Amino acid sequence: MEYMLLVYSDEQDTATMPPAERDQWIGAFMAYTQALKDADVLRGSNRLRPTSAATTVRLTGGKTQTLDGPFAETREQLGGYYLIDVPDLDAALSWAARCPGTQRGAIEVRPVWAM
Amino acid sequence: MTRGDVTRGHETWGDVTRGDVTRGHVSNAAHRAAEQAARQSYGKLVAWLAARSRDVAAAEDALSDAFASALATWPAQGVPLEPEAWLLAAARRRLIDMARRRRTRETAASRLLLSLEEAVTEAAASGGIPDHRLRLMFACAHPAIDPAMRSPLMLQTVLGLEAATIAVVFLVPSATMGQRLVRAKRRIHDAGIPFRLPEPEDLPARLDSVLEAIYAAFAAGWADPAGLDQRRQGLAEEALWLGRVLAELLPDEPEVLGLLALMLHASARAVARRDGAGGYVPLSAQDPARWDAAAIDEAEALLLRASAQRRIGRFQLEAAVQSAHAARRRTGFTDWTAIGELYDGLLTLTGSPVVAVNRAVALAETAGAAAGLAVLDGLAGDASLAAYQPYWAARADLLTRLDRRDAADAAYARALTLETDPAARRFLAARQARLTQG
Repeated sequence: MEYMLLVYSDEQDTATMPPAERDQWIGAFMAYTQALKDADVLRGSNRLRPTSAATTVRLTGGKTQTLDGPFAETREQLGGYYLIDVPDLDAALSWAARCPGTQRGAIEVRPVWAM
Repeated sequence: MTRGDVTRGHETWGDVTRGDVTRGHVSNAAHRAAEQAARQSYGKLVAWLAARSRDVAAAEDALSDAFASALATWPAQGVPLEPEAWLLAAARRRLIDMARRRRTRETAASRLLLSLEEAVTEAAASGGIPDHRLRLMFACAHPAIDPAMRSPLMLQTVLGLEAATIAVVFLVPSATMGQRLVRAKRRIHDAGIPFRLPEPEDLPARLDSVLEAIYAAFAAGWADPAGLDQRRQGLAEEALWLGRVLAELLPDEPEVLGLLALMLHASARAVARRDGAGGYVPLSAQDPARWDAAAIDEAEALLLRASAQRRIGRFQLEAAVQSAHAARRRTGFTDWTAIGELYDGLLTLTGSPVVAVNRAVALAETAGAAAGLAVLDGLAGDASLAAYQPYWAARADLLTRLDRRDAADAAYARALTLETDPAARRFLAARQARLTQG
């Protein structure tokens, strides 16, 4: 089954990290990504630019409305994702628990709708 | 604190248990045995089919009519030699029938039939139907399932109880319970909750939630002490049965044995907690001759087996407390020192305020009412005890012993507002009335 691991964290918190800490933080993610690759479960992953770069589009009354900013203002923001292919929820949860993102935020585990 | 506690304090309505279900007649016993056989086979088949497809609802759909006719015919005609084969054949016939009537290949019935046929072929090739009920239990009590739905799910999928029956016990409207069960089953399927045994490092925590769910079902069945509701009556028995299934499947897990021992000890006192007039009898006033000796012996043997594993846990300790109470049937007295020590251990392990109340009650027996009350006073700040009847009943009792009548009166009043069982209410009211009589 495919699962999305959605990595949520407070982007202010990561933006204001001292350089040494940030290097360590990014290093941890790189090591984690490599572990997913080595286990042959990684199907895709990306880091997202902060919500300050987000634009939200919706159709209201037949007109396209474009707003600068994220879809929702939340305390923690979606900062990236991993798409993994594992046998079941337990395997997905165990990968999620090892993600560095859990130390400064939370990982939402969502099964992908099989088409 | 949210968990119903069937082993509350001794002078409180503590061991109030489910109403006396007298099924003395042989025909009733035979009826019960046939029903159990039907539920057992049904549970095995649901677990086996669901473990293949991860689709509990589909497994239930495939078997529901066959299960209904088993429940209707086995008690009268006897349990077939191969109950699982009987159920599968009946399910097959029924699905073929339904698929024909619809005259299309793409009906739900033909899809169910197809997966049933596949499963049967596979089972024949591998030499029989394996018992996957343990996997089903772990799936039902998975951390990704709402804790409140774990017991209901297990009762429905493993024992085949109807949503309406479960709803009564968990005090939820029938339609609501039905919807929640459907949603939980869909979640098992959609989220990819596995039907397998947890990894060794996860086993203790996962097993704990299975045990919790079984105990919650037991406590919910217990919560109808007057046995006023026919549909509730069997639930403690069903939970006990889940405990037996688990003990059969995991014979070396001490907490599994501990839970079964605990439930057996409580069941053993089912009859003794009511007098001939239906009045409440507190544990300390019960006649040990009215306890079920066979159930106590079985509980003791289980506890002995559990202790041989040298891995203590919450359920073993709680069972040991009940075992110490049960010893009165041989010794004629209650060893409150031993009970106090067991509660010390439980408190260290769980930190539960309910345990702290019980410990205070035991302390009052060895060190005096004032010492017990001092401990209860220390717990007064715990918000979860504000609506906990046994806390107030215990306070009332200790205050009475210390002749602090006004405070005792207020504590009885508080306990009464929290008690709904008529017999326990009469008992508390009588105690309260005695304060002004002498």
